Amino acid sequence: MFYIHCPYCGELREEEEFHPKGQAHIARPEDPESCSDEEWGDYLFFRDNPRGIHHELWVHAVGCRKFFNITRHTVTYEILETYKMGEQPRFTAEHPEGRPSQDGVEPAPLREGVRA
Amino acid sequence: MSNVATFDTRTEAKIPVESPLAYSYRRSGAPAPTGKSRVVLRERPFLGHLILRGGAIVLDEAVREVLGVSLPGEPQGLVQDADGERSVQWLSPDEWLVIVPGGEEFTLENRLREALGDAHFAISNASGGQTLVELEGEAARELLMKSVIYDVHPSQFPVGKGVTTVFAKTTVILRRPDELRWELVVRRSFADYTYRWLLDAGDEYGIGVKG
Ligand SMILES: [Zn+2]
Repeated sequence: MFYIHCPYCGELREEEEFHPKGQAHIARPEDPESCSDEEWGDYLFFRDNPRGIHHELWVHAVGCRKFFNITRHTVTYEILETYKMGEQPRFTAEHPEGRPSQDGVEPAPLREGVRA
Repeated sequence: MSNVATFDTRTEAKIPVESPLAYSYRRSGAPAPTGKSRVVLRERPFLGHLILRGGAIVLDEAVREVLGVSLPGEPQGLVQDADGERSVQWLSPDEWLVIVPGGEEFTLENRLREALGDAHFAISNASGGQTLVELEGEAARELLMKSVIYDVHPSQFPVGKGVTTVFAKTTVILRRPDELRWELVVRRSFADYTYRWLLDAGDEYGIGVKG
């Protein structure tokens, strides 16, 4: 039994319900037309392969079917956190013990998928 | 009012209608429940299934007005009207499944569209694509424990909860409308597989099928 916390379902769910979708936080170039071949190639094909903390995109495929992010350790496989799209990770390579909150101000979470 | 084209999927013509399990009943049979049956299966075919998508706040307002129940805002929520004939289930942060008695869905869809006006939303009629299977009896939970990966213990799965999860090698929407009954919303193309799995897994409990 291996559980992953889905930030949209708000509970731990069986790993079988999820699929990994590669590296997270890859921003599409604002103006693809003005990209060099190298920049566009980097965006399309080149991914990080760190030893240690890695931010990944996952999807709760059999469940709410939402995409979300996981911070995972590629050596221990430990999942340090899961967070919604648009949010920033707390655990990073620079702050493996967790990013200190800036003057106690947490980054404002974005409400994804709900538009009234 | 939006410019979406809608149509009633129920035909007036005298075309015989078959549930997704019609083939299964003919091919695999339907053992009648006996005194020894600890679990009983019953299909509730031809219900109206609508998928609502949009923001929780606007949809809630419209659903309250038209259906008289509130939209479950919390994940895994399932609410029903007073007589349990109509239900609304949370599927994802912007998606809900509404199940109503067969024949009501087209009127409901139109009334919801009217109530929602120019809001940002989508309604799709999924009635033909899925069917509802009920499990009842003291061994229903044991049968589910062998079939789904989700924890169906009452402490984790109270009445009024519903999840989409893995069932054998397919997926189902599993719901618990009351203390005695479990409901499975199964896809048409997987209905035969699900039915035969339940007959096989329910064999040890003397599973019976109510017509
Ligand atoms: Zn989820």
